[in-house]
Amino acid sequence: MNTELVLEIPNDVHAIEEVVRYVVEQCPCCEENARKLQLNFRVGLTEALSNAILYGNGRDPSKRVRVEVAVQSAKVTARVTDEGNGFDPTAIPDPTLPRNRQRVGGRGLFLMRQLMDEVRFNERGNSVTLILRLPSGNRLGGGVEA
Amino acid sequence: MAFHVRKEGDVTVVDVDGQLIVGNRQELKQKVLAELEKGERRFLIDFSSTGYIDSSGLGVLVSLSKKVREQGGELRLSSLNEDLRTLFELTKLDTLFRIGTTREEALQGF
Repeated sequence: MNTELVLEIPNDVHAIEEVVRYVVEQCPCCEENARKLQLNFRVGLTEALSNAILYGNGRDPSKRVRVEVAVQSAKVTARVTDEGNGFDPTAIPDPTLPRNRQRVGGRGLFLMRQLMDEVRFNERGNSVTLILRLPSGNRLGGGVEA
Repeated sequence: MAFHVRKEGDVTVVDVDGQLIVGNRQELKQKVLAELEKGERRFLIDFSSTGYIDSSGLGVLVSLSKKVREQGGELRLSSLNEDLRTLFELTKLDTLFRIGTTREEALQGF
């Protein structure tokens, strides 16, 4: 099964839940990959969208966010692109260090990297590609470690 | 999605129904801070009916916990499902909060 979606969404955090729900509905769901879609992909895509809306586009309501999703039987690929100037993903401190745990923010990129199999940014830093590999039917699909 | 606030003894219990994410975190924050302003000091946020939490949701819990502590109070959490517990463990926020397996367990000794 191959599905391709291209969505242009308003720069509004209230749009995120509906977009994520819609995209997840387009993904092949079986017992083996249900948790990866419901936890890893849902949270990973939510983080990418909120980063794009809040930081990339700076909450500017005149801007848009582009979401491109390719769904295949073995993996789901989502690219989220904002209209901002980009950022340096290597500059984000580790939120799990004791000195950073009390910080209110700074966990979004960390969660993306923990929950997705691949996270890649373009050179400008305004587009992130998330790849989640779906488990084959003959083994259990762990939600986080895979 | 909704946040239901009620009292159990002298503890203010907030049920998170649905998601706790960037789109609704301010609503939770306002509800808890309003109770804090009224003089409440013991808070339990229960996740029995919660689908998922994003980093903004985790961040608002950290922020509220700090504000409650600054007023001499305590904010506890309860009823995390396996997915939610995973998020707390990944981010090591399970080390910052007292988390009850059940609401009753979290309420004990408050």
